[in-house]
Amino acid sequence: MKVLMTEYLRIDLETENWECRVCDHVVGSARGNYKEGLLVYNRDPADIHPSIIDPDKYRFTFCPDREWVNIYEFYCPSCGTQVEVEYTFPNHAPLYDMEVDVDALKEQWSQREEILEPIKGPNVLVDRCHTHKH
Amino acid sequence: MNNETTNQALEDQELIAKFLKETTLFLGPDPDIMRDHSIMPRSADEDRCMEKFTDLNQIASIRERLQSACEEGFEMVEQMGAAPGAKWGDIITGIYSASGDLTIGSAGGVLIFSALVHHPIKFIIKNWIEEKTVGVSEGDGFIHNDSRYGNVHNTDQSMIVPVFHEGQLVCWVASTVHEGENGAIEPGGMPSMAETSFDEGLKMSPFKVVENYEIKKDLLTFLQNSVREPKLQYEDMKVKLFACMRLEKRIKEVLAADGPDALTACLRYTNESVVTEVRRRISEWPDMTVRTQTIMDSTLRENALLKINLAVTKKGNRLIFDFTGTSPELTNRAINTQLPGMKGMVGQAFMNHIWPDLPRGQAGLSPVEFVTQQGTLVDCSYAAPNSQSLMSIFHSFTVAQHATAKFLYSCPDKYTRVLAPWHNMINTFIWGGVNQHGETLGNLCADLNGMGGGARMDRDGEHALSPIFATMADIGEQEMNEEEVPFLQLVSKKMTTNTQAPGKYRGGMGYTMIAATKDSDQWGFMTTTQGSKVPTIQGLFGGYAGGSYPLCKVQGMDVYDILLKTPEMFKHSIHEIMNEQPFPGAKYSTHHMGMGFDISKRGELYMISQGSGGGYGDPLERDPTYVIMDIEEGLITADWAKKLYKVEFNEQTLVVDAEATEKLRAEYRALRKKQGVPYAEFVKSHVKDTPPENIPFYGSWNDDLDSVYAGSIHDKRDAKNPGPIYVTHPKDVRISELEAELVEVRKQAGLPPANERK
Ligand SMILES: [Zn+2]
Repeated sequence: MKVLMTEYLRIDLETENWECRVCDHVVGSARGNYKEGLLVYNRDPADIHPSIIDPDKYRFTFCPDREWVNIYEFYCPSCGTQVEVEYTFPNHAPLYDMEVDVDALKEQWSQREEILEPIKGPNVLVDRCHTHKH
Repeated sequence: MNNETTNQALEDQELIAKFLKETTLFLGPDPDIMRDHSIMPRSADEDRCMEKFTDLNQIASIRERLQSACEEGFEMVEQMGAAPGAKWGDIITGIYSASGDLTIGSAGGVLIFSALVHHPIKFIIKNWIEEKTVGVSEGDGFIHNDSRYGNVHNTDQSMIVPVFHEGQLVCWVASTVHEGENGAIEPGGMPSMAETSFDEGLKMSPFKVVENYEIKKDLLTFLQNSVREPKLQYEDMKVKLFACMRLEKRIKEVLAADGPDALTACLRYTNESVVTEVRRRISEWPDMTVRTQTIMDSTLRENALLKINLAVTKKGNRLIFDFTGTSPELTNRAINTQLPGMKGMVGQAFMNHIWPDLPRGQAGLSPVEFVTQQGTLVDCSYAAPNSQSLMSIFHSFTVAQHATAKFLYSCPDKYTRVLAPWHNMINTFIWGGVNQHGETLGNLCADLNGMGGGARMDRDGEHALSPIFATMADIGEQEMNEEEVPFLQLVSKKMTTNTQAPGKYRGGMGYTMIAATKDSDQWGFMTTTQGSKVPTIQGLFGGYAGGSYPLCKVQGMDVYDILLKTPEMFKHSIHEIMNEQPFPGAKYSTHHMGMGFDISKRGELYMISQGSGGGYGDPLERDPTYVIMDIEEGLITADWAKKLYKVEFNEQTLVVDAEATEKLRAEYRALRKKQGVPYAEFVKSHVKDTPPENIPFYGSWNDDLDSVYAGSIHDKRDAKNPGPIYVTHPKDVRISELEAELVEVRKQAGLPPANERK
């Protein structure tokens, strides 16, 4: 059985591995940090957050200060999907963000049916795109 | 030991306790009350009532009546309240058990207000009921605002009223309003300039201000003299009192129909069943530890890097929020929070965004455990100022929201959508001075309530939707405000283009506000948010955070003259005004968003933007239809849409080329694989053992949670006992810089040092 843990990652309870949900690539042991099986890139904030006002004229521009923040992007090495993004202090270690108790997870899911599509929960709003699409 | 000596020992003990109680010189905040957010143990009386009343239909019927009583009280305060905050829903009414636990809060309004009032109620129960100079009787009302006795910050004032039945205290009701003015060193009630708690204005530990349902005039006059808005102080004390009296009336109807024991059973049953249900829901989560952090980039006085660190561990039906590694408190800066404020905000994350179906009381957070170090930003000392506690509180909300999303994804039962973090700062104008009618005012624009919502697992975030502290609050009618304030918002509620947090689903965006004073020469503004250098939130599962945002000023011009004479010169966006500089002779500048109170001149522009909620998922997965819709709605420009989402389209017709888009995206995925570095290699080449040397940094670094930095890589302290930190006044910093420069310049000019001049 496989448990959908995030938008892009699942844990295979039999093999005890993290897997990419997009390309089925085995990322690494579910008992460890999935990030260790991914590629990392230190993204320049200016690539994502435009300087709306002219950086040659002004000190604060709507673009984060690259000396003050790092943006780590984590990619699946097989399909290139961006699995996680972490805003962090300059040159800070990436966080071990999901440290799973695999034995407890196995126990928990031994009582449950496998879920293949993520459960979204109750719906409260009309789709934004509704009137445009039809 | 025989019975006689036992009795003697007990009597002695009681005597000593009585003596100590009577001779206490100062009833400061009580740690037993202040550090406990759980519901009280079941009392003997509650036990008896619950055995007597087991009919769930009757209990539900009472609860519904109490809930609608809270709505009625809420409505009264919202309609009659004088504070701007009251008009936009920054208020709440609630009902508390006889022992002080919040059981039911109004559906509208700010839950955290009510959720913290149990602390002052418990203080009143412990200290004032038996106290012969105070006492608690029918018709009494207690006022409170000091966060050290349980509150977010002292700009929120509560009225607390005990409810009696035939001489027996059966429950409490309270009403809380974000009043604004409180007599602090800056107007508006949230001074960033406060360096000690004595700069923060009126600080009321709970005291009796109402007897026989009437406000005591002597105390009222004192309170009015303590704030800048004396009329507002009186009006809102009355409004809150009348709301409490209406709640009391509705409760007395319940008492008449069902009796006091049924009421007690209902209150206790509601709280206990919520605790049971929360434990059940927690047990559905996967057992794991999730770690996250957010970055504070400012103390609101100067830029600095401060860490809010959180590890959430779920094991069985236990859930533990561990804030170890968070920055130490800053002893002379206002951004610290008392522990209950942080917990209350984590409670908001649960009650607003995770389990909004549960009764809005205190029980929802009751089973959650917290680990904090005293003397840190999220658990500050008695002496530390906390008038801008919102900073630490909001970051605590965000780390809680970010961490819990990672637990919720795999759960088969969800009660809301999995959500990326909300925008978490009050990007708004706080204002004060003398208005066009000659009245002294100090308050803020309701735009603080227009925070962008986080993207969800299946859709974009909503724009400018609601503040993180209340799902149902309003951003107010600017035109109505303008009747009472001497400034106009020349641009208001227009989305700020290109500020979205990208993702498969993007965050809800924020809007531009351009304000200019018109009819007063004693009027000014301040802004009190972080995030001008570093985003204050995180994205989720491959989505990004929103960007940063400046405060922009245009000085040395009068926009009202320009609008009269050459209206075509005026532009309706920050980027046009700042980049094109259309007003000749004007001075254009940018600042961080922690502007201290700044006296404005007629027609000068102050320009800010609300922020965006976080994005969700890989932007390469964003449906091109949504990308084009955002271009059509002016939310993003075509060039940035292409750059961020790798969509190929005709810029004239906006028709998407699906094939070219697929190709572009495939190429970009390939580029990522080429640019990305294996984790171990990245850590080896990029990660450093110490924080940046040239930026003041506060908090733990990497995996070491035993020590924290206190502003410099040379100042490393024990995380459990960091001790005080005094930050130098920014003006003194500037003076030192200029003095050093002067020394250098004099040396170059061949002049003797300044202090050796004859
Ligand atoms: Zn993959």
